[in-house]
Amino acid sequence: MPDVTVWWVLPVLPVVALALATFAASLDAVLGARVAGRVVALDDVVTPVREGVRLLLTQRRTTRRPDSVVWRVGIGMVPVVALLAAAVIPLGGAGTALSDLDIGVVWWTAWLALLWVALYLVGWGGNSALSLVGGYRFVAQALAYEMPLAITVITVALAGESLRVGAIVEAQQGLWYVVWLPVGFVVYLLTGAAAAFWGPFATPMGADLAGGVTVELSGVDRLVFLAGRYLVLVVVAAFAVPLFLGGGAGPLLPDWAWVLLKTSAVLWLLVWSRRRLAAVRMDRFEEFAWVVLIPVTLVQLFVVCVIVLSTGG
Amino acid sequence: MGSAIFFVLAPVAVLAGVLVFRVDSMVRATFLLLVSFLGVAGLAFLLNSGFVGGIMLLMMTGEMVIMVVFMIMFMMNPGGLMPMKMVHNQRFSACAAVLTFLGLAIVILTVRWPAPKGVAPADVTLSIGEGMMGSKMLVFLTAGVALLACMIAALALATHRGRYDRYGDDLDRKTPDDAARGGVGR
Repeated sequence: MPDVTVWWVLPVLPVVALALATFAASLDAVLGARVAGRVVALDDVVTPVREGVRLLLTQRRTTRRPDSVVWRVGIGMVPVVALLAAAVIPLGGAGTALSDLDIGVVWWTAWLALLWVALYLVGWGGNSALSLVGGYRFVAQALAYEMPLAITVITVALAGESLRVGAIVEAQQGLWYVVWLPVGFVVYLLTGAAAAFWGPFATPMGADLAGGVTVELSGVDRLVFLAGRYLVLVVVAAFAVPLFLGGGAGPLLPDWAWVLLKTSAVLWLLVWSRRRLAAVRMDRFEEFAWVVLIPVTLVQLFVVCVIVLSTGG
Repeated sequence: MGSAIFFVLAPVAVLAGVLVFRVDSMVRATFLLLVSFLGVAGLAFLLNSGFVGGIMLLMMTGEMVIMVVFMIMFMMNPGGLMPMKMVHNQRFSACAAVLTFLGLAIVILTVRWPAPKGVAPADVTLSIGEGMMGSKMLVFLTAGVALLACMIAALALATHRGRYDRYGDDLDRKTPDDAARGGVGR
C-alpha cells in the first residue's frame, strides 16, 4: 500500500489543532478560576484569545547579547514539530490523516523528539541564567520520559503488527488497546505530559525559575512558544486516540465526531490533572522512570510479544 | 518533485556541515551538525526508506542532546557559554579532508557500478526487518549484547561511586548513602 497524501487535510489539520489548543488553554483558565474560588466568567473562557491579542500587541523585549538566531529557531520549532507530528494522526475514519505513512509511529516519535532541541535552544538563546537552567531541566526530563514513551508506542505497534497508524486503528476494532494495554495507556499519558512539559512536568518553565525557558520571552515570541506548547499537548492527546481508543470507532456519531470527542476527553484529563498533581522533581522522576517505568513497559512488551506470537500473528 | 527536494536538502546538508566549523559557539556547532544530519535523513525519505529516515531523525536528535550533556560534564566551559574555536590541528585536518575527498571521488568515478537488479520490495521496512532479524539475527544480537556490555562496563569504570560506596563494604547498609536523597527505594 503506497503512502497517499490527502491534500484536503492540509488546510484543515492546523485549524483543528489550533482550535483544540485554544480549547485546552480556555479550559485551563476556567479550572484555574475555580481553584482560585472565583465564579467562572466569560472573561476566563476567552483568556487565550485575550492573552493572544495582548501578546501580539506587546513590544518584544530583548536581553543583553542574545543568540537571536538560535533563540527564534527554537521558539518556532515548538509549533512546527507539533504540526509535523500531527500529519499521521487520522481526523476521522481511514484515509483522513494528511498521510498515513507506513512508518507513522516512528514519524510521530521522531518529530516530538525534536522538542528536546527546541527547548534547549530557547533556554540557551536568551542568554539568561534562569532560562538556561530551564533548558537543561528539559534535557534531563527527556532522558527520563523518552525511553518509556518509545517502548510503549512500540508495544502498541507490535500489538497492531504495523507501524502504520491506520493499521493499528483497524487492528483494535475488536478490543480497544486501552483495555488490553492499560499500563501502556497510563505510561503514555504520564510520559506524554512530560513530553509536553505539562502539569507535574512543567518544571522547565517552573515558577521556581521565574518561568524557566519562558522567562525572557515576550510579545509574539511568547505567543508562538505558548501556543506551540498547547499544540504539543493536543498532539499528545490526539495520538492516544488511534493508539489506545480505537480511532473513530463508536456508535451513532460519525468517525470525525468520535475522534474529536475522544481527543477532547484525553485533553480534558491532561489539563485537569495539572491542578491535581504536584510538580515532580526531575532527579526523582529520572530514577522512577528508569527503575520502575522502563521495566514495567518492557514486561508489557514481552507479554504482548508472547500473545502476538501465540495467536499466530 | 523528488529531484527538487534533493536539490534543496543536499546543499542544506553540506552547507550546515561546513558551517559547523565556521561558527564560534558550541551550541551552534552542535545543532548545525544536527541540521546536516536531518538533511541526510530527508534524503533517506526520498529513497523510499522512510524507516531509516525516521530512525535517523530520532537517533541524531537524541545524540546531539546527549552531546549537550557531555558538554556540561567534560568541558572547561560550563554550558558552552563562552565563544570558542571549532577547528584545531588545522594543517593535518585539511590534508586528511582533502585526501579523503579525493579518495572517495576517485572510487565513485572509477568503479563500475552494477546495474540495479530486480525491483524494490513493496514494504521496505519489512524487508529491512527480515534482513536484520532473519539470517543475520545471530550477528546482530551478539553485536548488540556486546555493545551493551561495553556500555555497562564503561559506566562502571567511570562512575564516581559504586555500590560499595553506597551500601558499605559488606553491602549491609539499609539505606544507601547518597549525596542526593529521595526517589525510589528510600
